[in-house]
Amino acid sequence: MGIQISLRREFQRREVLVTGHVVPKRTRCVQCGICSFNCPIGIDVRRHAWLGEPIEASQCLTCGECVRRCPRGVLSFEKTDLFKQGVEWPTI
Amino acid sequence: MAHYLIVGTGVTGVTAINILRTLERSSEITIVGDDSHGFYSRPGIAYFLNGEIPDKQLPIFSKKDWKMLNIRYVKGVATHLDPRKHQLEISSGGTLKYDRLLIATGSTAVPLTIPGAGLKGVVKLDDYEDTRHILSLARHAKSAVVVGGGIIAVELVEGLMARGLKVHYFLRGDRYWPNVLDEKESHLLEHRLAEEGVILHYQTEAAEVLGKCGKVVGIRTTKGETILCQMVAVGIGVKPRMELAKGAGLATDRGILTDETLQTSSPDIFAAGDVSQVHDPQSGRSIIDTLWHPALDKGKIAAANMTGQRSTYTRSVATNVLRLAGVMTTIIGAVGSGVDKDLVSVARGSSETWHELPNTISLESSGDINHVRLMIGEKALVGALVMGEQKLSQPLQEIISSKMDITPIRHLLQAGAPLGQIIMDFWSNNKIPEGIS
Repeated sequence: MGIQISLRREFQRREVLVTGHVVPKRTRCVQCGICSFNCPIGIDVRRHAWLGEPIEASQCLTCGECVRRCPRGVLSFEKTDLFKQGVEWPTI
Repeated sequence: MAHYLIVGTGVTGVTAINILRTLERSSEITIVGDDSHGFYSRPGIAYFLNGEIPDKQLPIFSKKDWKMLNIRYVKGVATHLDPRKHQLEISSGGTLKYDRLLIATGSTAVPLTIPGAGLKGVVKLDDYEDTRHILSLARHAKSAVVVGGGIIAVELVEGLMARGLKVHYFLRGDRYWPNVLDEKESHLLEHRLAEEGVILHYQTEAAEVLGKCGKVVGIRTTKGETILCQMVAVGIGVKPRMELAKGAGLATDRGILTDETLQTSSPDIFAAGDVSQVHDPQSGRSIIDTLWHPALDKGKIAAANMTGQRSTYTRSVATNVLRLAGVMTTIIGAVGSGVDKDLVSVARGSSETWHELPNTISLESSGDINHVRLMIGEKALVGALVMGEQKLSQPLQEIISSKMDITPIRHLLQAGAPLGQIIMDFWSNNKIPEGIS
């Protein structure tokens, strides 16, 4: 039973990583910039928090560095609808 | 074309110019500031102090952002305000005319007043320049004494430890931040600081800073004990910077008094942020917050009202998320009472409402460093404190700020109950739908 719960949680976590984004809670952010400083590919995560927008950049690795480093718990991985809205294959 | 003048380059002032520019594309907007580094993350300087980020990370806006705002920036100290003539004098000698003015001058650290407080090596942590000053002194210092309470004192303790100094922390009473934290929470943080090597001195008060050739060489306590140190770091609270308002004859109390539209006693002058003491129609009182997000909200409201709108500032439940002694801590609403002897005024990053606890029952649940404390009123939660794991902080913030009726779960909130599960279930069934699923 315990193993099943652990597996389900792990599956949910991975699903969020694949289908979700890093989402800021704007009201918790004080714009310290630790997130942007630690992003391995240089995304300005802080600017997203200022605007209250999820990190939509396709380069985002969802590595979690910004989520872990934030001293105020501003960032989290969340499932969003952005992929559903954004992916539309062009018709020929 | 209206001319808007903003005094102060902190989050309140900069938010105000953003809103003004959004509402009026062609108005003339001028911002006056005496901080030579302009707009940067004031709370972020603690992370510059402890080495987590370099100073180049602190500025929030790029040159391009400033260009897009299309404003005039005047560097200088606003020395005199004449509400009748609608003009402001600047230290550089110039005079600026305005139609509507916003005072967003923030707050400044209360200085130590004991003998020796003027010696080189007595420091505060107010701004970027203070941080650089501390870092330059820390290169040649071996030990430091920190006096004060609240967030800044612990940020100083942690920053100086991170820079390799031996740190003594003086507490006047028996524990840290007694009017916000309960005994268990205080001791948890004290224990963690002690584990990191901080030397805590309880019931200890500084009597005199000792110096030689103008520099700090030690500190003497009221008990007569002497501790050798090269730096004394002070975090005993902040006071609103309201000299400009007082000189102009505006109504002031602990801060600049404003109504709920953030208008001062002079019709074309508004005040917002740490400097303002805003009337709260619900309680009938005027309250000071020194929190980032209320400062930002007030900047928005003040700006809208400067353009002729009539928006009112609705006080949200005062919330801050902190990392104290390495423990993430969220403080929401009223959680304590009484006074903290380590602070002579409101602490930076806090709210006067945190220690105005009405009649409540306190209930807590702890495990290792994960801890939650609820302040339970008759029909609603009035405050909460979450340490460690933060899963509950967002639900609790919503439950408290929306004054959700907790009658259905009140009987379940008892000692030994699984508080986390009860709160999560209650919130799941009652939460406000979000834009993002």
